[in-house]
Parts: sequence; structure tokens; C-alpha cells
Amino acid sequence: MAARRTTTKKADAKPSASKEELLHYYREMLMIRRFEEKAGQLYGMGLIGGFCHLYIGQEAVVVGLEAAAEEGDKRITTYRDHGHMLACGMDPKGVMAELTGREGGYSKGKGGSMHMFSKEKDFYGGHGIVGANVPIGAGLAFSQKYLGTDRVTFTYFGDGAANQGQVAETYNMAQLWSLPCIFVIENNQYAMGTSVKRATTSPDFWERGAAYGIPGEAVDGMDVLAVKAAGEKAVRHARAGKGPYILEIMTYRYRGHSMSDPAKYRTRDEVQKIREERDAIEHVRKLLIDAGHATEDELKAVDKEVKEIINEAAEFAKESPEPDPSELWTDIYATETPQGVAI
Amino acid sequence: MATEVLMPALSPTMEEGTLARWLVKEGDTVSSGDILAEIETDKATMEFEAVDEGVVGKILIPEGTEAVKVNTPIALLVDEGESAEDVEIERGTAPVPKDKAQNSEDQAAAGMQHPAPVQPKPAEATEPEVPEGTEFRTQTVREALRDAIAEEMRRDETVFIMGEEVAEYQGAYKITQGILDEFGARRVIDTPITEHGFAGLGVGAAFGGLRPIVEFMTFNFAMQAIDQIVNSAAKTLYMSGGQMGCPMVFRGPNGAAARVAAQHSQDYAAWYASIPGLKVAMPYTAADYKGLFKSAVRDPNPVIFLENEILYGRSFEVPVLEDFTVPFGKARIHREGSDLTIVSWGIGMSHATQAAEELAKDGIEAEIVDLRTLRPIDYDTVIASVQKTNRCITVEEGFPVASMSNHMASYIMTHAFDWLDAPVLTCTGKDVPMPYAANLEKLALVTVEEIVEAAKSVCYR
Repeated sequence: MAARRTTTKKADAKPSASKEELLHYYREMLMIRRFEEKAGQLYGMGLIGGFCHLYIGQEAVVVGLEAAAEEGDKRITTYRDHGHMLACGMDPKGVMAELTGREGGYSKGKGGSMHMFSKEKDFYGGHGIVGANVPIGAGLAFSQKYLGTDRVTFTYFGDGAANQGQVAETYNMAQLWSLPCIFVIENNQYAMGTSVKRATTSPDFWERGAAYGIPGEAVDGMDVLAVKAAGEKAVRHARAGKGPYILEIMTYRYRGHSMSDPAKYRTRDEVQKIREERDAIEHVRKLLIDAGHATEDELKAVDKEVKEIINEAAEFAKESPEPDPSELWTDIYATETPQGVAI
Repeated sequence: MATEVLMPALSPTMEEGTLARWLVKEGDTVSSGDILAEIETDKATMEFEAVDEGVVGKILIPEGTEAVKVNTPIALLVDEGESAEDVEIERGTAPVPKDKAQNSEDQAAAGMQHPAPVQPKPAEATEPEVPEGTEFRTQTVREALRDAIAEEMRRDETVFIMGEEVAEYQGAYKITQGILDEFGARRVIDTPITEHGFAGLGVGAAFGGLRPIVEFMTFNFAMQAIDQIVNSAAKTLYMSGGQMGCPMVFRGPNGAAARVAAQHSQDYAAWYASIPGLKVAMPYTAADYKGLFKSAVRDPNPVIFLENEILYGRSFEVPVLEDFTVPFGKARIHREGSDLTIVSWGIGMSHATQAAEELAKDGIEAEIVDLRTLRPIDYDTVIASVQKTNRCITVEEGFPVASMSNHMASYIMTHAFDWLDAPVLTCTGKDVPMPYAANLEKLALVTVEEIVEAAKSVCYR
């Protein structure tokens, strides 16, 4: 049907980008990778506790889609959320300090790795329940349509969440009410330890939208330019009032599901092969070098600058004090309405 | 300069582990992401990756070593061309002090030394008086609720209502009669039968700046959506450090109706009342339905508004005021009395008032406290009444185990022990799924006879 036809078209020209754009993507992706490596290190030192899900390998997904977003667009995701926060412009210091459970964190240390928010950056979490953020994302899109804005909502979830019943419920309502919602399935091929083929007989997740008339497509998630191009197409569709769009972005996580995952469900060779042959950051590095946009030294300087930012974030996260004990009892109930009327 | 590689914690509970195997040797160059070693944790064997780049200058802990404590230096990384012997060691980040470790025993010990601060007492709610000379009119609960919804939708453009059959059908229980005609399809939205989905969608709409009223055809169906109510609506303000709340109302009939059996006859009051972050109202009179509902829509927090199908058709006196609201957390003395206190709420009040009339025939004057809201609870009014009567029973239709009655009895006995002349007795529904047969259903619910008997018992009569 319509959905399938729009997607199998291969006529799209190979996307290109300017030097400035490529350098921006390189820096943003590197920022996420270095941040996550540092988070892994701090976890190893016991400074970060609980669950900590790293985004290493998937950087091109959020960086590509943020390049397609405009001011005021909303985004919401599940628990593998550090990359999304950095990509939408949240401060690495505040994110890292939340990981260490400190006062300087985005949630004052009360949310942790999986629960962070920034109203200022239109980032609506950071949700720990797999799939639960999907109807919430559609609700954000609903609010924008209700208020008469043309802002769209990026609703990210994984291949694991895609099998949740509430995702199907949400597709149905989103298309029924033409909600400006872009469903982004980050297919990293493993729902914790269960590979896609062990979880479903319908592994092409984007095609499931066809049952509701929602168009969609699969995208190479290791190519930031392909992600951006697909994102722009989806945004055009949603912003024009044509309803939701599904992007299934084929990606790969290099690390375990969480820090305590030994990842025995896949071989080391499988991971190594993708790292060596498909890495999204290497891809952009090569584009920059081959086009003569940057020298090795110039990229090393970017590397150094990013490392310094991350080291500063880590220092901040270690030095920020633990929340005051009185914080135990704050933020349970709001006392003011958004309009400022006290109850 | 050299960097110490420390024994990592690779699970939330790991304190030490076995360094099973080195995958690098001294002199190897490593870069970020390379696998250095295999480490056996308390759960599994994990690969340990390099974060920093450099040359493996020295391996400090040989492979096969067991019980290597977390944060012990296990190797030294040096720069190209250096050796481990002639460099100054840059200590990695200081190991975590023992009292900060993520260890349940340590946390318990720390808790002993630094007890959690006591919950601050909220500011006293002030009840707007119904002014002297206010006219009253007789209305059913259904009409009062309908008026409250319409008044709030007129007042605030961001208020909308969604649910199954709320619009064209005019409400499965006719609560939204005429609402579609007045406000149109943009603000009165029929949903597919998809409770989990539309409850979550409502949460997102609240995050996005709207004031949703989500109707569940009954709260029995809200169990499909309870994750969204508890995990998404109730906890977000706290998890976001106060940045983002969820101002919305989940409403619908709750508890037993009549002859609809087990899956359609459950009282969820105790479930929702146990969740910090939610507010819970369970009114009895039409005036309280109206006033509390208007407060619920204006409240910046998620509110569970528990209605009752049997009460929908009952009539009460409702003040004729332009903007009548009732505050949360303020109980109402429904009937004054001096011999015992009956604490109740919602449909329980219906049984409590009948029991009070029976008791009066025997010369026992019961004071009935209608809690009206179960979160927050107006404990002060309850305790003041118990201090006056020295005896107390509770009345509700919910299940007896882990019930609101259990909670109230515990609170009263803890805070008014010296004033009590008898143990607090609880009158609840029976500990059985609701049966269909008319006689059995009657037996399963709390009965007036049981309440009278409990009241007499605490009065030693």
C-alpha cells in the first residue's frame, strides 16, 4: 500500500553535507561516545550505581535526527537516553552529575540514568518502562496539534519496545487523529539479550505502520547523512499535518544492554566487525578527510576539545555534593499550576 | 605520566571479582574500546574495555587472581616511549569512600547514622465557606459532576476530556451529557477501546501543557493502564527534580455497581492512595463531587477521582454559587455525635449514615467523618473526633487486606491511643471476589448490620 510504496523507492540521491555540517556531526557523535566511555569508567569506579545503559555505537541516530529538527520540536525516549540528551543540547555536566546522583544533576540526583528531563530543551525523558514513552510521545504530539502549533514530536524506542501492545495502540490513535509524531525505532538488533529474530516473525518493524496506514521506512543508522535525510522527510510529512511517520533506524550497540550485561548472546567477532567496518564516527571522519575538509591534526584537535568537555563534566559530577537530605521530601507534589495559581 | 587502570565494578552489587584473563600484555598499545581483560563478577564473566589510550606499562594483578577488590589498581597505562618504572603515577579518580558504595548493607548502616528527615507537615488547607444565605438546589451526583466538567472546560481552554463513549454516546453513564454539543469534537474526544494507550497519551498531553480529563468507563479497566498512572503520571515530578509535573484527572466509576460480578466490581481506593505523587478523591455527596472535581481539574498534580455508579443517581443539596470548590485534604463532619466516630468515604458513607440512624434508635449517637479525599487525608479532623468520642470504627466497601481501613486504624491507634476506650474496628467488603448471585453479592459487601454490630461492640453494648 501507500506506506510500502513510499519506502521502497531507491531514487533518492545520495545525501551530501557541507564541511560545517560534517564537522558538527563528527563533534556531536564524538561527544556522545566519549561521554559514554567516561560514564562506563565512573560506573566501574562505583561512582555511578544501578542500571546504566550506554549508547555507544548508536550515535548517528540522534545526531542525524536532531539535524532534521527545529526549535520547539519535542523528543522523548526510553532508558538508553544519554545520547539524546547531549544531542538536543543538554549540558554534559548536568547529565553526568545525574548519573552520579548528585545535586548538580538535571533531576537533582533523584532520577538517575533512566529518568532525566529538560523542559528548556523540550526533552521529555528518559523513561524506564519499555514502551511506556510511546503513547506519551503521541500525547505530546496531540498537545501541539491541540494548541495549533506545527511542532513535531520525535518518539524514540527500541526493537524490544516495538513489540509492546501499547505501541500498536498508539499507532492506531496517532493515525486516527493525524498526530504530528515521528516514531523512531532504534533497531539495535537485541532487546537486552533477545535478538529480533527470536522475538518476532515480523522483523521489519517499520512495515507494521502499514496496518494503520502510517508510512515509514528503514534507514541505515550507521550513516548520519542517511538518518538526517530520512528525518527531514518524516518531519516534512508530520509538520504538514499529514500525521505520523515511522523510521526504523538500523543501528548497533557495541556495549552490553546495561553495564552488568556480559553479552554472551552474540560473538565478539560480530561486534568487532561492525566496529571496524560500519562505525558511524569513522564514516564521517573518512568523509571529512577524503573531501579535504579536515586534516588528521584538525580532527585530533576536535577530539581533544571534546575530551576536555567530558573530563570537566566528570569532575563536576564527582565534586557536586549529594542532594541535601531534605530533598527526600520535595517535588512529590506541585503547589503551583503552570499558570502560577496556587492551589 | 602513567594512568592506573582500576578493578571495575561491573554490576550494581559487585564488590570484588576474579581477574580471569588478560587479553593484552605489557608493551601492547591500546585505544579506547579495546578489550583489556575478562573479569568474573558475582553474576557473570564480563569483558573489560579500555577508556584511555596508551601502552600497557605494567600488569599489576596477574590473571587468575581471585577476590580483587573493586578500585584496586590492576595495570598501568603509560604514554608511547615510556616505561612503568620511570613515570609518575597519576591516580585515577579517587576510589569511592566506603560509605558511598552502592551496597545495601552499607546503605542500611548509613541510614542508621543519618536517619531520614521527617516528612514536613503541609500547610493547613483553608476551606472556602459557603457564604451565609447561599441558595441550595437539589441535584443528582451525575448532574453535579456534569456541571463541574462543563464549568472547568468553560474556564480553561486547555481542559479537554477523552475516553470511551464520552462524546457521541454522551457517556456510558451519561456523565458527559451535552458536553460534546457545547464544546465540540476538538475538546470532547471518543477514544478507541485502548485504555493503556489513551491513558499514556493523556499523560503526554499534560506534559505538553494541556489539562486532560481521562475518563475510564470504570476503574476496573484502568488496571490496563495502571503503569501509565503510577509510573508515568505520579512519579515524573519527583524524577525530574520538580521540572515537570502531570496536571490531569483520571476519573470514572469505581467499586461495585450491581450484579456485574468479580471483574467489574472492585474498589481501587487503597491501590491509588498508596502512591506518593497521586492525589485521590472519593466523594459521597453531590456538592462534594462538584467542588472536589473542580479542584481536581485545577490541581497541578495527577488526580484519581473515584466515583460510584450507585451514587450517580442519588440526590443531594448543592450550593448555587458561581465557582464552588472544595479543597483536597479537608474532611467533613457529616453528622455530629458524641458516642463514637465512624470514619468513612465514598459509597461507604451511604452505609455509615444508615447505620447511624439505626444506632440512634438505641440511643447511640455516632459522629460520621467523611474523609472525601484519601490523599491527602485530613488526619487532624479524624483525631479530633476520636479524642471527643473515644471510640472509632471505619466503613468501606474495599477488600479487607491492606485496606484504607487498616491504614486509618493503625494511624488512629498510633496517634490517639490514650484517648481510645476500645480498639478501632474496621468494616469492609469481604475477602472474596465479587459473586454474581444477588444474595451472595449482598453478603460480600459491607452491610448496615455489620456496622451497627461493630459500633455497639466498641461501645461495649
